[in-house]
Amino acid sequence: MKQLFTFVKKEFYHVFRDWKTLLMLFGLPVIQIVVFGFALTNEIKKANIVVVDNAKDLASQQIIDKMEGSKFFSLQKTLMSSSQIDAAFKEGTIKLAVVFPVNFNTDLLHLNKASIQVIADASDPNTAITLTSYVSSIVGDYQAQLVPTSAIPFTIQPEVRMLYNPDLKGAPNFVPGVMAMVLLLVCVMMTSVSIVREKELGTMEILLVSPVKPLMVIIAKAIPYLFLSLINLCAILILSVYALDLPIKGSLLLLFGESALLIITALSLGLLVSTVTSSQQSAMFTSMLGLMLPTMLLSGYMFPIENMPIVLQLISNIVPARWYYIIVKAVMLKGLGFSAIWKETLILAGMAVFFLALALRNFKIRLE
Amino acid sequence: MKETVIKTNKLTKRFGDFVAVDEISFEVHRGEIFGFLGANGAGKTTAMRMLCGLSIPTSGEANVAGFDVFRETEEIKKNIGYMSQKFSLYEDLTVLENIEFYAGIYGLTDKEIKDKSDELISKLGLRNEAKKLVGSLPLGWKQKLSFSVAIVHQPKIVFLDEPTGGVDPSMRRQFWDLIYDAADKGITIFVTTHYLDEAEYCNRVSIMVDGRIDALDTPAGLRKQFGVGTMDEVFYKLARQAKRSAD
Repeated sequence: MKQLFTFVKKEFYHVFRDWKTLLMLFGLPVIQIVVFGFALTNEIKKANIVVVDNAKDLASQQIIDKMEGSKFFSLQKTLMSSSQIDAAFKEGTIKLAVVFPVNFNTDLLHLNKASIQVIADASDPNTAITLTSYVSSIVGDYQAQLVPTSAIPFTIQPEVRMLYNPDLKGAPNFVPGVMAMVLLLVCVMMTSVSIVREKELGTMEILLVSPVKPLMVIIAKAIPYLFLSLINLCAILILSVYALDLPIKGSLLLLFGESALLIITALSLGLLVSTVTSSQQSAMFTSMLGLMLPTMLLSGYMFPIENMPIVLQLISNIVPARWYYIIVKAVMLKGLGFSAIWKETLILAGMAVFFLALALRNFKIRLE
Repeated sequence: MKETVIKTNKLTKRFGDFVAVDEISFEVHRGEIFGFLGANGAGKTTAMRMLCGLSIPTSGEANVAGFDVFRETEEIKKNIGYMSQKFSLYEDLTVLENIEFYAGIYGLTDKEIKDKSDELISKLGLRNEAKKLVGSLPLGWKQKLSFSVAIVHQPKIVFLDEPTGGVDPSMRRQFWDLIYDAADKGITIFVTTHYLDEAEYCNRVSIMVDGRIDALDTPAGLRKQFGVGTMDEVFYKLARQAKRSAD
């Protein structure tokens, strides 16, 4: 026990004296949260659009008023010819153009049918779709106001409710993703690098000649990073609650418990990486490439897994972050309890046991 | 009758078809400085690793500090010290922290660690450097510290794998003073070296060629046996017969 304590103390010296790494450890999640939370977002605010009102009648004016009231648009009202609109799109000064035809109100009242032309810059398809849907919903809104006065007997009005994230904010989606990524990166990379460093320096040989058990080396290496990861987790949660207004709906204890499980999985992976690499660079590279990419691309937080080709869907099953992401979303955003996520927990636990067993086996072989 | 602390009998290590160590048999006595010479690739390091319990022999017998290298490696580890070719202290730890760490993992008590650290620091004249990072010390000092740390738990035998590589001659001389000092206290020294002048400092010397021990005697005995004036000539006479090239 005292041996372990001596060893852990030494590991903490290493961690705290390497301030560059320490800065990276704590800087990375903070920067990611801030960047993802404030800069990168799917919402579009104050998009430049142009409205060409050839009608200048009551109906067109009412719709334009609604658009002006929306926070999504920054309206520019000019009479532009179609070639001028074209030029404006090419220059990139506008994202969308709305054109009202000359007899808009008359057509609407007498023919019960009027059309508006909506032109979007689809070189950025996501923005185009979002903006046109904003316009459609504003027009739909206006139509709904007209309904009582007109004589359409049946209308179906879908009322859409966005559950768990009613404002369709980006933050609820990526915070669990960032948590998964940071925990995995910190644990896998740091553990593997710190073990490989001992190999590189030759101190591992001294440790192996000493009466210290290999298992103890591993535990002693893991403890500081477990500790740092938990602090990191707290930092991410505090930031997301206070800076991004993202409440934690479920049990905090459950969230930490599940995170600890991911950390253990990650530490085992780190150990595994350390047994197959022999230099710090290759350990770092292996963990980055082998983890960062699958975690970002295949965990479901950037791209929905359901839309992927079947091969990638199958591969995503072995990415620990995928399961952790589901768990965190369930606990944090939906406020669900353990009964809803036991399956994912079991899968993650299975992975932890598997990687740990494999790593320990490899680690022992290396002593030969 | 001298006490035997290392005894091997036809100790062999194969890696596939390659015989790294070929039936070596020798004995080392308590308090002796035993030089283990050989060209690169002759099998010195493999032999040493087997004796330290780092590598399981393919066949033969060996007994280190009274324990069997096949079955009792854990016991062997408690009774030996080891200093590797690579400099093996932690550069981002202070002198004191390094001593405390190594003493700690060998299970010394807090009081023993404190006494031992004090003793070592004053013996090495590192009083002013005790709280400095090891990385800031000159190489010669690091190596002396490294050796002192390897024997901090008073092992029966200490294995030194080319301990004086890259150190200037006066520092090497000081280093050997530490070795003599340890041997006087009854610690057996098992040392491999490249420097043939250092072979003269050993009580007995063995020379490995192609995995075998081709010569084993006191330096004076070897010179006489080969009819030459220096250990250099003894070594080259033997090394010229080698068929294996260095890796």
